[in-house]
Amino acid sequence: MNDMSQDTYVTDDGRTIGGVVMEMKNITLRFGGVVAIKDISFDIRQGEIRAIIGPNGAGKSSMLNVISGFYNPQEGDVFYKGKKRPPMRPYKVAQQGIARTFQNIALFEGMSVLDNVMTGRLHQSNAGILSQALWKGRAEREEVANREAVEKIIDFLEIQSIRKTPVGRLPYGLKKRVELARALAAEPSILLLDEPMAGMNVEEKEDMSRFILDVNDEFGTTIALIEHDMGVVMDLSDRVVVMDYGKKIGDGTPDEVRNNQDVIDAYLGVAHD
Amino acid sequence: MEQSSRAADGLGSIPALLQRNAKQFGKKAAYREKEFGIWQSWTWKETEEEIEAFALGLLELGVSEGDFVSIIGRNRPYFYWAMVAIQSIGAVPVPVYQDSAAEEMAHILSNCGAKYAVVEDQEQVDKVIEVQEHLTDFRHMIYIDPRGLRKYDHTRLHQYSTVQDQGRAARGKLMSELEKRRSKLDFDSTCVMLYTSGTTGKPKGVVLSNRNIIKTAQNTCEFDGLKAGDEVFAYLPMAWVGDFIFSIGQAYWTGLAVNCPESAETVSSDLREIGPTYFFAPPPVFEKHLTDVMIRMEDAGRLKRSMFHHYMAHARKVGPAILDGRPVSLLDRLKYKMGELFVYGPLKNTLGLSRVRVGYTAGEAIGPELFEFYRSLGINLKQLYGQTEASVFITMQPNGEVRADTVGVPAPDVEIRIDDSGEIFYRSPGVFVEYFNNPESTASTKDTEGWVATGDAGFFDKNNGHLRIIDRVKDVGKLADGSMFAPKYVENKLKFFPDVLEAVLFGNERDRCVAFINIDLTAVGNWAERNNIAYASYQELAGHPRVLETIQEHVETVNKSVAEDPMLSGCQIHRFLVLHKELDADDGEMTRTRKVRRKIVEEKFSDLITALYDGSPEIHTKTEVTYEDGRKGSISATLDLRDAKVVPVATQKVAAE
Repeated sequence: MNDMSQDTYVTDDGRTIGGVVMEMKNITLRFGGVVAIKDISFDIRQGEIRAIIGPNGAGKSSMLNVISGFYNPQEGDVFYKGKKRPPMRPYKVAQQGIARTFQNIALFEGMSVLDNVMTGRLHQSNAGILSQALWKGRAEREEVANREAVEKIIDFLEIQSIRKTPVGRLPYGLKKRVELARALAAEPSILLLDEPMAGMNVEEKEDMSRFILDVNDEFGTTIALIEHDMGVVMDLSDRVVVMDYGKKIGDGTPDEVRNNQDVIDAYLGVAHD
Repeated sequence: MEQSSRAADGLGSIPALLQRNAKQFGKKAAYREKEFGIWQSWTWKETEEEIEAFALGLLELGVSEGDFVSIIGRNRPYFYWAMVAIQSIGAVPVPVYQDSAAEEMAHILSNCGAKYAVVEDQEQVDKVIEVQEHLTDFRHMIYIDPRGLRKYDHTRLHQYSTVQDQGRAARGKLMSELEKRRSKLDFDSTCVMLYTSGTTGKPKGVVLSNRNIIKTAQNTCEFDGLKAGDEVFAYLPMAWVGDFIFSIGQAYWTGLAVNCPESAETVSSDLREIGPTYFFAPPPVFEKHLTDVMIRMEDAGRLKRSMFHHYMAHARKVGPAILDGRPVSLLDRLKYKMGELFVYGPLKNTLGLSRVRVGYTAGEAIGPELFEFYRSLGINLKQLYGQTEASVFITMQPNGEVRADTVGVPAPDVEIRIDDSGEIFYRSPGVFVEYFNNPESTASTKDTEGWVATGDAGFFDKNNGHLRIIDRVKDVGKLADGSMFAPKYVENKLKFFPDVLEAVLFGNERDRCVAFINIDLTAVGNWAERNNIAYASYQELAGHPRVLETIQEHVETVNKSVAEDPMLSGCQIHRFLVLHKELDADDGEMTRTRKVRRKIVEEKFSDLITALYDGSPEIHTKTEVTYEDGRKGSISATLDLRDAKVVPVATQKVAAE
């Protein structure tokens, strides 16, 4: 690991990519007799945008759920910041600095955008019950600090105008943005995005891509994302893992992946002679 | 006119007024801006420090006297400070519309030979970099928001706060230079250069001196009793002369506070939180507010709705009279008080207009019903008539003499004359110095005695001495039978309907009038929702038969009302169509200030006009559109052409005699 972490480089657009921050080693995940992920290894480097792509049912979301601690693989290990991670509950993983968004939006519909994003800060509050109830001392200080952090994110994602709007009233594209805001509020070092652009129109996709790049650039957040839209993936990511039927069939820069014959066969479905 | 170049009390420039305000109102708020969810505020003392730091930073960058520095961004305190800082070192600020296309921006920046630019964020930085190759002597760019700009080459690119820091660090070295340059400023130095919106041809740079701005600010502040402690809401484009007068001229003259919204989308909630005492909005903004209110009332419960209608009817009856201080019976007053409690008060609060002491509208004629609506609520909304070339004010309505169909009496120190063709001319201390580098245009607009042609036709109302504007001189025409064709008059009547966003009337030199109509997506969309009408696009909604029926009813109502005026009864609409796209500034069909460019619309849609006149029941058409990012595309549609009932004009004989 040590030689890897010194291996930093600068991308064409001037971002610095650091060493490996997370490594998946020989992961196998089964649901009864179904093998969702079969012996997959790959790594995620500090500061990069890493995509996981593949056709429907390839095991992409399962892979993300392994990273986020929602599933525990039967075989293989997850190394985080150089240390082997024991099986742990998702909230513990979140406390370690890994935040995520969901494919089918999991926000509190009846709560305002602001309150939803504030929930992303919950694990940063340490005030006791009494302090919370009386709204004095630590609880108050923490709330002010949390609100300040949340307002910066609201400003960053340009959702000031819907700050007080109940999430249930928002259109789909904005809900996705609110979910991103909530994940960012946790100040994650790794951000997992599960199909951030699914179901969006072209303009919403462009906006979302912009925000993903900006988050990566501004906060230096490492981003792992699953995406269907090949065009978006190739434009955004530094490196791409390609999965098919639970197996890894390609890994590399967008250009490498694009020219990988296995990937062309499996994913793009183009016949070759 | 003999005028000294030194103003009384040495207050001959905006930077001089700043120093006075910092002394006199040091602890009063000068600027507020909502950011990160709370209102950040700066006192006059702090403002002076911020401006001084930026001015010194500009000196450090090498800005010389007479240089043009363009300002591109939305209303933010930083930009207002930049303008005054630029003035302090003898350079000239040139605010530019931030949403102008690269081509427009290139014209303006190269026309004035801007050497520096202060811009908001990455988007504007990119735009300026794009046009930079057309500029011969461009040197440095300063941005406020660093987001996304870290990787850019920073040899000629600087962050606003860094420039200020460098200025603060160089204070000892450069302060004497700043003082030297600042003390040179007088009434004749250039205060600002603003570009016209370019309704006709390319935008021209209007040079306004300190005398223009400060004298005008002084006169008009006294006219309306504006003073320190008043609050103005700065949300209209900074490149527009009105914003410059309100947020710089009048603000620095009186020491009133300028409030900037958080973003373009939060304007209405920010307005509500601030509750300005001095407020300006062009008619479309008031129209939009009214439309929103009406939509919300339609959706409200029965009790609320009936209360609203009951008390609004009463307000229409006595509200304006109470506002003007005319006699009203005790009972009516009592009922109005009740209405204030139940309806008017909460409504004004929702609109953010509870505290408005002086409100103005201008830019185009306002529908009388719309105007009366606000007046009847007890909001002192008045009209003014102005131009960039006049430093805004030509005429304005004094308190208590407000009418929907006039624009008021000449503003203090303004002389007005109307020539034989009906065109209005004015002369005042606010009259612009010149069009930059354009002596021909200057000469054709301003004569040697200082009279300026407005291009508007109008006359003084004999009863009250107020000016009435008919239309642009070039737009007023004649129908084939010789009767008057005044398109705006009819269009404004149509636009009062919440469903109608825009209307364009044709009929000059023709035997009858026809019209294009744009529906208002908010209002019609809401109506469609309530009536279970499904639609997938603007185009589909605009072509829906039931929408067309509703619009037809509106057109026929307007025809009835137009027929009542014998002079203009010929302008009734015989046929009309609802356009399949919104008229848009990006397509050149409107100016950035949302005025229809009649000629362009007429050329672009000539096939539709022909079809309206030849009686065909429908037409297939294809229209080119430009997207916000400059790409082009086209939309095609089949439009229904409809006949509208017109009122036979019985009075025609009388009129002909």
